[in-house]
Amino acid sequence: MGDVALLLAGGTVVDAGGTRRADVAVAPDGTIAAVGPDLAPEPGALVLDATGCTVAPGLVDLHTHLREPGGEEAETVESGTRAAALGGYTAVVAMPNTVPAVDSAAVVRQVQELGAGALCDVFPAGTITVGRAGTRLSPIAEMASLGVRLFTDDGTGVADSRLMRRALEYASSLGVTLAQHCEDPALSAGTHMHEGEWSGRLGIPGQPAAAEELMVARDIALSRLTGAPVHLLHLSTAGSVDLVRRAKAEGVAVTAEAAPHHFTLTDEACAGYDPVFKVHPPLRTAVDVAAVKAGLADGTIDAIATDHAPHPVEAKEAAFDQAPPGMLGLETALGLALAELDLSVERVLALLSWQPAAIAGIEAHGGPVAVGRPANLCVIDPAATWTVDPAALASRSRNTPYAGRTLTGRARHTILRGEPVVIDAKATR
Amino acid sequence: MRDLLSISDLGADGIEEVLRLTDSFVEVSERRIPKVPTLRGKTVVSLFYEDSTRTRLSFESAAKRLSADTMNFSVSTSSVNKGESLRDTVLTIEAMGVDAIVVRHASAGVPWQVAQWVGAAVVNAGDGWHEHPTQALLDCYTIRERLLERGGSGSFDGLVVAIVGDVKHSRVARSDILALTALGAEVTLVAPPTLLPPGIGSWPVVVSHDLDAVLPKVDVVMLLRMQVERQDEALLPSMREYTATYGLTRDRARLLGGEALVMHPGPMNRGVEIAADVADDPRSTIVRQVANGVAVRMAVLFLLLGSGSEAHG
Repeated sequence: MGDVALLLAGGTVVDAGGTRRADVAVAPDGTIAAVGPDLAPEPGALVLDATGCTVAPGLVDLHTHLREPGGEEAETVESGTRAAALGGYTAVVAMPNTVPAVDSAAVVRQVQELGAGALCDVFPAGTITVGRAGTRLSPIAEMASLGVRLFTDDGTGVADSRLMRRALEYASSLGVTLAQHCEDPALSAGTHMHEGEWSGRLGIPGQPAAAEELMVARDIALSRLTGAPVHLLHLSTAGSVDLVRRAKAEGVAVTAEAAPHHFTLTDEACAGYDPVFKVHPPLRTAVDVAAVKAGLADGTIDAIATDHAPHPVEAKEAAFDQAPPGMLGLETALGLALAELDLSVERVLALLSWQPAAIAGIEAHGGPVAVGRPANLCVIDPAATWTVDPAALASRSRNTPYAGRTLTGRARHTILRGEPVVIDAKATR
Repeated sequence: MRDLLSISDLGADGIEEVLRLTDSFVEVSERRIPKVPTLRGKTVVSLFYEDSTRTRLSFESAAKRLSADTMNFSVSTSSVNKGESLRDTVLTIEAMGVDAIVVRHASAGVPWQVAQWVGAAVVNAGDGWHEHPTQALLDCYTIRERLLERGGSGSFDGLVVAIVGDVKHSRVARSDILALTALGAEVTLVAPPTLLPPGIGSWPVVVSHDLDAVLPKVDVVMLLRMQVERQDEALLPSMREYTATYGLTRDRARLLGGEALVMHPGPMNRGVEIAADVADDPRSTIVRQVANGVAVRMAVLFLLLGSGSEAHG
């Protein structure tokens, strides 16, 4: 074998540095060997067609529930990373609300080992508090020493303001970022959707937008107080977007993400009582959807994160108020972002790849597409049209709210450290 | 009509049809042997995930008076928690061969889910805070009966109805509002803001926080059951304060016109939302509501399972 094992030919390269017509050659060691127009294919090299496609750094998800350990009925690291690779992702941050929670070095190592050899790199997040119970700090430094860069009690927020302050102060010396699921537990207890006209009509207990906004406002204040960075998970309300916009203008070290369902669906989707539309934070109003889109467009929101939350079929065949919240997202995020956001491919990729990579401190992903860099890439066919079929998803679960929806734009090839793990929208192993 | 899930499935014409049919079943109920062979060979199962004596008995009486076979599947919350999913339970019941499933569940929306899973007709007998359509139908029937007894036309046009109390958590209120406004009545909700649903501004109702001002103007006052356990949710300072401001006390009942009806879906908290002697006042229709409940449910089962249902395909 020569110096080139793989050639992505005929595409347009897009990364943080800009857009240019270029082929990408990948060396046998999994790094990028050459980037340039009309590279000659070496004998023996695999050539993947990228004509009409965008060649970009692989997507990076800040918010994936892989469910393992403990929730293998819903998803495993193997099935979740397969879904991720098919969605164009080369790296996912695995949320720590597993059973047991990722609140010790042992569980961090377990998830890291499960992720070794997967179709997508897995970066476990650790919890902020032991068992996500909100009372004692987790061994943040010990987990950080294993490479953990993001800490969160996701699923719930850290309600105790003093504890959150201490966590931020403690973490600030470690080069890690704390991420918050913003939800005031007193206002959200016992609720199952957004509080508004629809919840009133449907007779489903709802949580007001203020439940989220209170904690967004508090954490902005705590970041200002401590100087420590805070990443705000899955922002869903117009008020939250506005708070973050003002905090950023002031220079507070806050970053934020939004999930595809929060710029695609509204609370009206709950009208048929199908628990597949139940999610936390809940689907909001059209005004909130517009605000989330505006926040993604003007840079207030830094990343699109899936909040991929698999649940087994039987769990979602319960009453709406008894079913667990959460929806699948890895295989549909790219198509939804391209379809629903009125943004250029470059901006969409910034939100899906290099900006989340920077927030998560993942150096090997998110580009740039340059010689010597690890070849973590995805080739996107922006014209590919496909219809979401729950049964055809790679996830172990079926709880997508987009069944039957036709999307335009799909990951065609995904390259993980030089290995083509997805070719023509099919996993290679 | 395949199922009765919401009053909005019926519309004004459908409600009128049920009320007309109810007349004939009231007549059946007054016979010495109050039974007709209309639904012989049909099986009606009550699937009650929530305790209810009056509604379950009312549906069972209705089915039996129509000569249907009845089954009763009471599911305690604990056995549900043993793991059988709602869908599995429902499919098991359907496999026994049933024609109608009468569903009561503490969770809003369950009848919609059940209707998607089974071919049998589904009747909503109360889902969470959401709807209780047969209660609304019997309330409308009872109001019309009184209007006709007084020599009126029985029309709801311009009828002023006040619904007082915990609207937020009341499936009866949601169904009554839909039914009464569909028939042309003007509905005023009287409750403290903590007991009103979010988004009430878009409902076709008037909202008041002053019961004394509303009572002299109403033709009908419906009182909702105050659930004592709600006190824990800081919705009210105390039951005493609720009664003082929103209870139909003896003094307050004097503000009502002599012809005004006093209604309550039961079970009543005497001394909380309604004073004991007001409940027993001749203007009260509370006992009549229960009696009419059986006939209304006969009409609903007949529409779904009788010859009428086949004619509608």
